[in-house]
Amino acid sequence: MTEFLFEIFCEEIPARMQKRAAEDLRKLLIEGLSKSGLSIDNAHHWAGPRRIGFKADIPAKSPDISDERKGPRVGAPEQALAGFMKAAGLSDISEAMIKDDKKGQFYVAKIEKRGRASADIIKDIIPEVMNSFPWPKSMKSGSTTFRWVRPLQSMICLLDGEVIPVEAGGITAGDSTEGHRQHGRGPFTIKSFADYKKQLEGKGHVLLDMADRKAKIAADAKALCEKAGLELVADEGLLNEVAGLAEWPVVILGDMDPAFLELPGEVIRLSMRDHQKYFAVRDPKTGSLAPNFIVVANQIAPDGGKAISAGNSRVLSARLADARFFQSEDAKSKLEDYYDKLDTVVFHKKLGSIKDKAERVAALARELASKTRADANKAEQAAKLAKCDLVTQTVIEFTSLQGQIGRLMYEREGGDKDIAIAIEDHYRPQGPSDTVPSNPVAVAVALADKIDTLVGFWAIDERPTGSKDPYALRRAALGLVRIILDNELRLDLSKTLLKAWAVMEMENLADGETGRLSDAAISGDEQSAIENLVSFIIDRLKVHLREQGVRHDLIDAVFALGEDDLVAIVNRVEALQAFLDTDDGENLLAGYKRAANILKAEGKKGDLPSGDPHKGSQAEETALFEALSQARPKIDKALESEDYSKAMSALAILRDPIDSFFDGVMVNSDDEKERGNRLRLLQSIHDTAGQIANFDSVEG
Amino acid sequence: MAKTESKSLSFQGLILTLQNYWADKGCTILQPFDLEVGAGTLHPATVLRSLGPKPWNVAYVQPSRRPADGRYGENPNRLQHYYQYQVIMKPNPPNMQDLYLGSLDAIGIDRELHDIRFVEDDWENPTVGAWGLGWEVWCDGMEVSQYTYFQQVGGLDVDLVSGELTYGLERLAMYVQGVENVYDLVFTDATDTTPEVLYGDVFHQNEVQQSTYNFEHADTERLLRWFEDSERECKYLLALEKPLPLPAYEYALKASHLFNLLDARGVVSPTQRQEYIKRVRDLARGCAESYVAIDAAIPAKAWR
Repeated sequence: MTEFLFEIFCEEIPARMQKRAAEDLRKLLIEGLSKSGLSIDNAHHWAGPRRIGFKADIPAKSPDISDERKGPRVGAPEQALAGFMKAAGLSDISEAMIKDDKKGQFYVAKIEKRGRASADIIKDIIPEVMNSFPWPKSMKSGSTTFRWVRPLQSMICLLDGEVIPVEAGGITAGDSTEGHRQHGRGPFTIKSFADYKKQLEGKGHVLLDMADRKAKIAADAKALCEKAGLELVADEGLLNEVAGLAEWPVVILGDMDPAFLELPGEVIRLSMRDHQKYFAVRDPKTGSLAPNFIVVANQIAPDGGKAISAGNSRVLSARLADARFFQSEDAKSKLEDYYDKLDTVVFHKKLGSIKDKAERVAALARELASKTRADANKAEQAAKLAKCDLVTQTVIEFTSLQGQIGRLMYEREGGDKDIAIAIEDHYRPQGPSDTVPSNPVAVAVALADKIDTLVGFWAIDERPTGSKDPYALRRAALGLVRIILDNELRLDLSKTLLKAWAVMEMENLADGETGRLSDAAISGDEQSAIENLVSFIIDRLKVHLREQGVRHDLIDAVFALGEDDLVAIVNRVEALQAFLDTDDGENLLAGYKRAANILKAEGKKGDLPSGDPHKGSQAEETALFEALSQARPKIDKALESEDYSKAMSALAILRDPIDSFFDGVMVNSDDEKERGNRLRLLQSIHDTAGQIANFDSVEG
Repeated sequence: MAKTESKSLSFQGLILTLQNYWADKGCTILQPFDLEVGAGTLHPATVLRSLGPKPWNVAYVQPSRRPADGRYGENPNRLQHYYQYQVIMKPNPPNMQDLYLGSLDAIGIDRELHDIRFVEDDWENPTVGAWGLGWEVWCDGMEVSQYTYFQQVGGLDVDLVSGELTYGLERLAMYVQGVENVYDLVFTDATDTTPEVLYGDVFHQNEVQQSTYNFEHADTERLLRWFEDSERECKYLLALEKPLPLPAYEYALKASHLFNLLDARGVVSPTQRQEYIKRVRDLARGCAESYVAIDAAIPAKAWR
């Protein structure tokens, strides 16, 4: 075994690309080496701000391969022989062996492929890898056409300590590299991976592995905070990023003017994180933010980091001063005063401004309020206020704080508590892990907002297709589903959507003059659009239930009934699942299927013959009819009160009579009348069961 | 920062130091372009000269105007007129990063004490159809420069990649001088016979008046007409039998600035905004294409 070491050194690689780049490098090199017959042991890869690398143990050469190639029969035409010799690399046919098989004698060429030196293989592979490296974004540099993420500076390519002078992008690989820009300029001449690691992590001041840099940052930050009586606000995403911004991470505790702590915590945290890449720090006693931050520098400064800390603190102060300025500017007006300004922000070209949307949402929220047990006036008011913060300077600067800022402003004005909650929560749930609003006013607004979005985009025919969903309509529909289910809202979905459509048309008329939402914008026919939207929402429900482990055939069995009250659907699916898990349920299903199969076969012949189910000639028939007559009213009553498990236990009464029926009664009687009566009896059972679920869809 | 050490550079000292530094590295030192532009990039010495196969190394100061950023001289960080220092090296030399770091040393940023970082930031200027990959350069968390390797300009792939450096001079000077308010920057040091001059002495009144004009008095109807006239002139010059891309580009720049004024007046809706940007981009693109075509046919030292 010999050691292969490859390092690519270049100008600063974006932090977000480093990990993937080293993984790609590993994958491509391993693929290339193994395709050439080389085995790979002890493979290792690493990535950092200015370098990615790979090392592995490989054999000094690839194995010899000997193979036999079967040729034409002895005595075959000249042409066939010539073709064979050419393909097998023979200069004369006498070089081939002659072998026997059942059909006669034929030529066989022995092909010996000598193994290649690994160095030669590497020489072939590396330019290929370098020239087609899958960077998410790459660039040309200088006068070359070679593309890399940023200008390539140098490469190390060693096999067993010997340089393999591969070339890429006008650079020839050697055995030297540079260390940290400030602390370890090098050049360092490298003999092996162990030597590389020792030199770079020693004199070179470069921690090669992302994991090591992360661990150092996390441990140092924790220790530094503890020493100061503080606690780090952990942030894995940020940790990953800063570990890609420093070759030699040095953690520094900075401070800021405590007066800034009056700003909302989120504003401070975002200013630190997104703009400056600082970790927030809190006071472990109170749990609230401390007037400090953790910054990860890339060097050990001779003054212990004082100047770095002071510089960073100044930048943060300027940012927070901006945020404070925005906030005080925003506070000069009441939240509701921003309402008219929403007209300047386009929601969608064909669906008007955000104000137009807010108007619609308010009208719809008012309608939905009774369903969510909310005060209609509050719901309407909340819907109008909910979007107002979008035009505040704070939210323009910190977009992700939409809702939170509006709530804060409204609370500071002493506004209604429910409305305040609704302003923040109406955006929820924003994703699968986000919570669902539960305050009735918030529920009404959240629901109205999502319905308006969905109906609007359906109306203008901007529906998601395949992987394309630029307006995040799947997320909106899933949010809608979760709000309805979690709050057990009883809504007739189609009717509700039609209402939203009507609101939209009304607003459209009112706004007709402005040309914002022209009549032409609403395309297609309303009924079919709503039907399509309902099935889109139902699909989200299916996905949602499936993720919770509900059998998809049961979902189908209930959906087949055409119901669009989501809560009822789910209740029914759950009752069905519980029922089918029982012995009764399982047997009844078997009986049902038997009945259904007979009816299906009969259906193929034409109409079902007439008959009277109650005029059975055998005891089993009468017993089954009796049982059915008893079960039916019970089932109807249970269904009416939406007690699906009761309906199913009522259906379960039929289990024994059905079993006896199929045991003792011949449906296909020679007597036409008897046959008709029996088929009709089965039909009645089929219909009754069909009220509960479409058992045909159930597997089993 | 450098307070305790030797006296830090004045604003003009900073400019002079950069001029000397880059002159020393072989850059042609040009003077600012004599039209209103939004950034140093828009100087024809960058936009047009970064096209085509001829090497070009240049550095210059460019006064830049962003009408919407005006704050009537009341904001310590924001100005509607400010200075950028611009360096173009085409093709970018392999050691351009080192040259850049050397310029920070030259203006007195001690890299032992201060943390310099290259943070991913891909630059794009949609109005001239230009983009490139590069970084924001941070000094102790503050952006001190934009560093870009041009990939496309005027909607055309570049033949040679230019390395572009843009220093925000006011911000850099504030850092070097340790000043919190831009108007407190020392512009010119005092001598035995002349007084110290501050940035505010030079520019505060200009910020007040220009902001007032930009936000309150710029006549939108006239601006729109001038925009359209400039656009027409540019197109006319490009449509000539022997097109004149250099003067045409000046009209594209005028159109661009007039659009910025309209924008600052708040009369441009978001949809219109995209349209205006596209109109300016189309002009810039036309100029770029015409420039490349003509430049290719001009022999070296053609005047001889």
